[in-house]
Amino acid sequence: MVFCLRRRDGLPGLSLSIAFTLVWIGLIVVLPLTALVLRPWQDGGGVMLRALHDTRMYAALRVSFGCAALAAAIDVPLGLLLAWALVRARLPGRRAIDALIDLPFALPTAVTGITLATLYGPTGWIGALLARAGIRVAYTPAGIVVALMFVGLPFIVRAVEPVLRGLPPELEEAGLLLGASPVQNFRRVILPPLLPPLVAGFSLAFARCIGEYGSVIFIAGNQPFHSEIAPLLIVVRLQEYDYEGATAIALILLLSALVCMTGVAALRRRVSRGLVARGAA
Amino acid sequence: MSVQIRSLTRHAPKASRKLLNDVSLTIEDGAFVALVGPSGAGKTTLLRTIAGLDGPYEGSVLVDGQVLAGRPMRERRIGFVFQNYALFRHMTVARNISFGLDVLPRGARPDRGTIAARVAELLELIQLPTLGGAYPDQLSGGQRQRVALARALATKPGLLLLDEPFGALDPIVRRQIRRWLRGLHDQLGLTTVLVTHDHEEALEVADRLVVMQDGRIVQDAAAETLDAAPATPFVMEFLGEALAFAGRVTHGRFLPDDPNVLSFPVGAGDGPATALLRPHEVRLVAAGGTAHATPLAGGQGGLRRLAVALGAREVEILVLPERLGAAGTEGLGLDIGRARLFRDGVPLAGALVAPAGHALPRVTGVG
Repeated sequence: MVFCLRRRDGLPGLSLSIAFTLVWIGLIVVLPLTALVLRPWQDGGGVMLRALHDTRMYAALRVSFGCAALAAAIDVPLGLLLAWALVRARLPGRRAIDALIDLPFALPTAVTGITLATLYGPTGWIGALLARAGIRVAYTPAGIVVALMFVGLPFIVRAVEPVLRGLPPELEEAGLLLGASPVQNFRRVILPPLLPPLVAGFSLAFARCIGEYGSVIFIAGNQPFHSEIAPLLIVVRLQEYDYEGATAIALILLLSALVCMTGVAALRRRVSRGLVARGAA
Repeated sequence: MSVQIRSLTRHAPKASRKLLNDVSLTIEDGAFVALVGPSGAGKTTLLRTIAGLDGPYEGSVLVDGQVLAGRPMRERRIGFVFQNYALFRHMTVARNISFGLDVLPRGARPDRGTIAARVAELLELIQLPTLGGAYPDQLSGGQRQRVALARALATKPGLLLLDEPFGALDPIVRRQIRRWLRGLHDQLGLTTVLVTHDHEEALEVADRLVVMQDGRIVQDAAAETLDAAPATPFVMEFLGEALAFAGRVTHGRFLPDDPNVLSFPVGAGDGPATALLRPHEVRLVAAGGTAHATPLAGGQGGLRRLAVALGAREVEILVLPERLGAAGTEGLGLDIGRARLFRDGVPLAGALVAPAGHALPRVTGVG
């Protein structure tokens, strides 16, 4: 890729900053990733081959990606609703809610996990109610989804909120004046401009959920082939002193995530048509 | 479509301030009416109320003799163009224009071919036949403005409401679109209400001007009448530069307080009064006094701008260069015989000289 920087750019000292940033990214991000890519092959391709035949790993990847996608998908409407409440509804205590939304970021993930496990456990406040209805959440994949939803929600809210705030109210009025029903107005006028941030929020939440560890392991039950997530399996391999095995799983996790994120990015470009000025240098 | 508004009053949300205060207005079918006034006069509020946007109000708004509140928007046949155009950025120009047709229930919706033909027709009408596939962000301000208009016209409204539609355009495009809009109004047989704070724009495009101030209608009249017989000093000043001369009416003559300003006969009772007139209506009278005139840089329409010292103050007037040559710059008097006289903010009866063929204004909302 060739970098063509415009002269007299808005940011002063841009060339220097970019050079510095590239070096920094190289050291902090690319170097460890390269190590991760190279490490499994150090003792020949056997380790990688063995890892690729490990059905337990496939099950763990399935649980990780499936639960992450499901949790992020459920978070999308919830996050939209929350953002809407923050921006449009003049709710009492709006500022408190606003601060609460970011809390999952600040909380140590283990605290989240233990709290959720307690709440949803067979004797917990919510878990007991659900148990009476015959639903088990804790120590099942459903528990993983609950934990991941908690972790992923702020991404959606924070991605949608500024776009929603910037949406002129005249758009909705124009839709209504042109004869759209409230449902049509939402689907055709309001939702499309919110899709790019919703997809962006989804991809952030999804990415975070794939790698999430602390909040999940306490509620997941961690049964191999059933509710064991890939990050946990990596830790398990490490505890078995199987460093090659651990890095092999990590590499496969990384590549799968890369494929998923590329797909989501393509989707984001698709829904952004007309909303991003073209030909912007 | 005609609009009848009867004693419409609207309050600001959670405040006792009145956005509209006892406004009554009749707009005949086929009229082109401009709502003019300074910012905050209530023009946009009035327009939005006619459209059925915004909350409750007191009084009544009838369109074609019927109350619109509670009826579905698509039956109202109202086209609205917003100040910021409010185009849907994620839709192409063609989809924007066809929106009002696309959202019709299946039974009432024309088929795809008919919609496409209507869009092509409207693109032709707004003189952008090739831009159907473009997105709003790729258009210039004037083009967006016309697309917004086409979108409002797609469902064939009878009443077109425009909220400062030319505000963001440069003067040349503004003038073009203004003329084009007037042509469109006549061609399609629309009833149009335009909100603007630019009186020149209103004078050029509309049949009738409704001047608003502080939520009230100050005057509702044709352009010529407004200038010849303004209902208040505010209207006079809003419609262009005006000079004010304080004075008294004594024994049928107006005697200005300023020295070197000539008195003139009026048919009004004795008492204080204010004379207002345009700078170009002042005439220089040679040897009419002792005033001194200083030519200033600039002028307009072939007239020269002059500063005339009148005792403690100085007024700026516009005169024909020949007139200045004939009168000289020393020993001048000012003839303000064409002034409109006001007492306590209302026109002085007998002082008005309405031009032939123009009715006197209907004055509403002035206490």
